[in-house]
Amino acid sequence: MSERTITVNALARVEGEGALHVRLRGDDVEIVEFRIFEPPRFFEGLLQGREATEAPDITSRICGICPVAYITSACQAVEQAWGTDIPPEIAALRRLIYCGEWIQSHVLHAAMLHAPDYLGLRDIIEISEVEPELVTTALRLKKLGNDIMEVIGGRAVHPVNTRVGGFFRAPDRAAISALLPELEWGIGAARTLALRFAEFDFPDDRGDYTFVAMVHPQVYPIEAGRIGSSRGLDIPVSDFHDHFTEEQVVRSTALHGRMRDGAAYLVGPLARYALNRDHLGPTVLKTAQDCGVAEVECNPFRSILVRMLEVQYACEEALRLAGAYVPPDPPAAEVHPRAGIGQGCTEAPRGICHHRYRIDAKGRIVSATIVPPTSQNQPQIEADLKRVIRASRGLDDTALRLRCEQVIRNHDPCISCATHFLDLSVDRG
Amino acid sequence: MGAPRIAIWKFASCDGCQLSLLDCEEALLELAGAVRISHFLEASSRVEAGPYDLSLVEGSITTAQDAVRIREIRAASARLVTIGACATAGGIQALRDTRDLDALKRSVYPDPALIEVLERSTPVSDHVAVDAELRGCPVSRRDLLELVAASLAGRRPDLPDVAQCAECKRAGTVCVMVATGTPCLGPVTRAGCGNLCPRIGRGCYGCFGPVEGANCAAMSAQLRDLGMTAGEIMALYRGFNAGAQPFAEEAARHE
Repeated sequence: MSERTITVNALARVEGEGALHVRLRGDDVEIVEFRIFEPPRFFEGLLQGREATEAPDITSRICGICPVAYITSACQAVEQAWGTDIPPEIAALRRLIYCGEWIQSHVLHAAMLHAPDYLGLRDIIEISEVEPELVTTALRLKKLGNDIMEVIGGRAVHPVNTRVGGFFRAPDRAAISALLPELEWGIGAARTLALRFAEFDFPDDRGDYTFVAMVHPQVYPIEAGRIGSSRGLDIPVSDFHDHFTEEQVVRSTALHGRMRDGAAYLVGPLARYALNRDHLGPTVLKTAQDCGVAEVECNPFRSILVRMLEVQYACEEALRLAGAYVPPDPPAAEVHPRAGIGQGCTEAPRGICHHRYRIDAKGRIVSATIVPPTSQNQPQIEADLKRVIRASRGLDDTALRLRCEQVIRNHDPCISCATHFLDLSVDRG
Repeated sequence: MGAPRIAIWKFASCDGCQLSLLDCEEALLELAGAVRISHFLEASSRVEAGPYDLSLVEGSITTAQDAVRIREIRAASARLVTIGACATAGGIQALRDTRDLDALKRSVYPDPALIEVLERSTPVSDHVAVDAELRGCPVSRRDLLELVAASLAGRRPDLPDVAQCAECKRAGTVCVMVATGTPCLGPVTRAGCGNLCPRIGRGCYGCFGPVEGANCAAMSAQLRDLGMTAGEIMALYRGFNAGAQPFAEEAARHE
C-alpha cells in the first residue's frame, strides 16, 4: 500500500510559528499533527505576584495583533473580582476601540494573508501588481482600524490609554468626530472588498462544527454577552471552565481546548456569525446575501467573506458609537481592590478570549488562566485537515501541501496567542 | 546591482514589531518597490535563501534551537538589526529570569517535562553581533522606516537617544511627576514613543527601555519620595525591558 508524507516546516502568512505533519497510507489519513512550536513565554506564571491592575498591559504583549482583546478581557476579569461597575460611556468607548481592532486585524488577515491563496499569489505585494485598487482599498481600511485604536488608545500596537476601570483620559470629542467621514467610507469599502472576494473560486467543503461564541440579546457580540453554542449551550462567562478544558499535547507549546466531553469546537467569525447573524443589521445582511454567504456558513474556506461582513459591521457600529460619543467623566470608574476571583471574556477577532484571575486582599494576582482563541481551535483545525485531506488526496504533494496550509489559514490562527504554529510534513509513507 | 534583499525573522515575541512594518501602509508599498523582501514569513510565502543585505530580527532567544537559528541568520546577513524590546532586551518574558523555571513550567503546563527552554530569555546581542538596535514595546513606525532606510544607505540612523523627559518638554506635555506626583520612568527611559503616556496623564512605564547614562538610583529616590514601596519600585523596573541592564540592576537593589 502506498504511503505519502507531507511536511511544512514553517507556515507562512500566519501570526507565529507552526508546522504540519501528515501521513497518508493508501486512502487512510493516518497522522495529522498541527504543531505549534513557538517558544513558550509563561505569561500565566509571570503574572503571579503582580498587581492585578498590571494584567491588561502585561497580557496585551501576548499578541501584537489583538492587544485590545487581551486588555479588555483582563480588565473585565479584574473588575468582576472587585465588583467595579462600568458606566455606559466607558463601555461604549471600549466597544469603539475594539471595533478598530476587528477592522485592523480582519483586513490584515483577509486581504494580506488569506486572499493571496485564492489568487495563486504569494503576498499582498504581488496582488498590488495585478489589482492595485484592491490593495490600496485594503490598506486604507486597515489604517482606519489603526486610527481608531490610536485616537482612543494612543497607539495601535499595545495601546496605553486603557486601564482597569476604563481609560486614563477620555479622547476629545473632536478627535472622535474626525473619524466619522472615514468610517462612512469604510462601510462601502468593506462591502466592495467582500463582493470582490466572493468572486474567488472556493474549494467545496463542509465542517460539522460545534460553534462556540458569545451571544447577546441586543447586539452582535464583541466585548459583552454570555457564552453560547450551536448545540444549545448558554452560560455566563464565569461558568466557562465548567464546560471547557485545556489539555497538553506532545510537540505543541500551546494547550488544546476541548469541551468537557472531549469534543472539538470552533470559535471565531464563523461561530459568531452562526449564533448572532440577526444582529448584523440589514445593510450587512444585504452584503451577505449578495456574496452568497449561507445563514450558517460551514465552508471554512469562505470564512474570508464572513470576516469582511464583520468589518462592515464594525465600521457601521464604530460610526454609530463615534456619532453618539460622550466623553466619560471621570474617564475611569473607581476601583476597590479586594480578594476574589474574576473572569472576563470578549470576542477577539479570532474568537473568544477568556481570562480568569484569583486575586489576594492586596490586589495581587495569585493565579491566572488565559484561554486564547487559537488554542481552542487547534483540535478543530486538525479535524478540518483530516476531512479536507481525505477529500483532496488525489492532488499531488505540492497542491495538497498548499491546500493544507489554506485549511489552517482559514481560521486565522494566531500562534503567538496560542503560545504559538505550522511546520507541514505530508508523510505518504 | 539588484534591489537590496531584506529578511524579517521572528523569535519569542508577540508579532507586534513585525506588524508595525505592515502598519506602515502606503510606505510599505514604497518600501516593497525599493527593496526585495526575501523572507517575511508572517506576510508572504515567498521564501528565498540568503545571503541577505539586511535582517530585521524580532523576539528573544529562549530555546536551544533558536540559539542555533540566530547564528545561521547572522551568518547569512550582511547587516543584522534587532527590532523591539524582546530582541533588544529579552522582552517581558525575561521576567522569568528572576523566577524558578520549574515552578513556572508547572504553573502553566500540566506536563512541564515536555517543555524545553533555555534557563533565560536573552537578547539577540547575547548570541551574535548586532549592527543596530531598535527599542520599544512596540517599536515606533517612524524609527523602523528610518532604521531600514539608513541601514540600506549605509548611514547612521537618526534615532532618539535622549530621555523621555526631553520629548515631553519639546511637546509641551505637562510633567505628570511634578504636577500630580504620578510615578514616571520618563527620566531614565529612552524617548521615541511620542511621549504617549504622560500626554494622557499616565506615568511612563519604560517600554522603550533605559536611556544611555540613566541615573536609576536618583530615579528610585524620587519614586520613594512619592511614596512607593521597594516592592512597587522593583515591579516598575521589571516590565517590558526587565532584562535591560540598568533596569535589571536597579530592580535587584529593591528585591
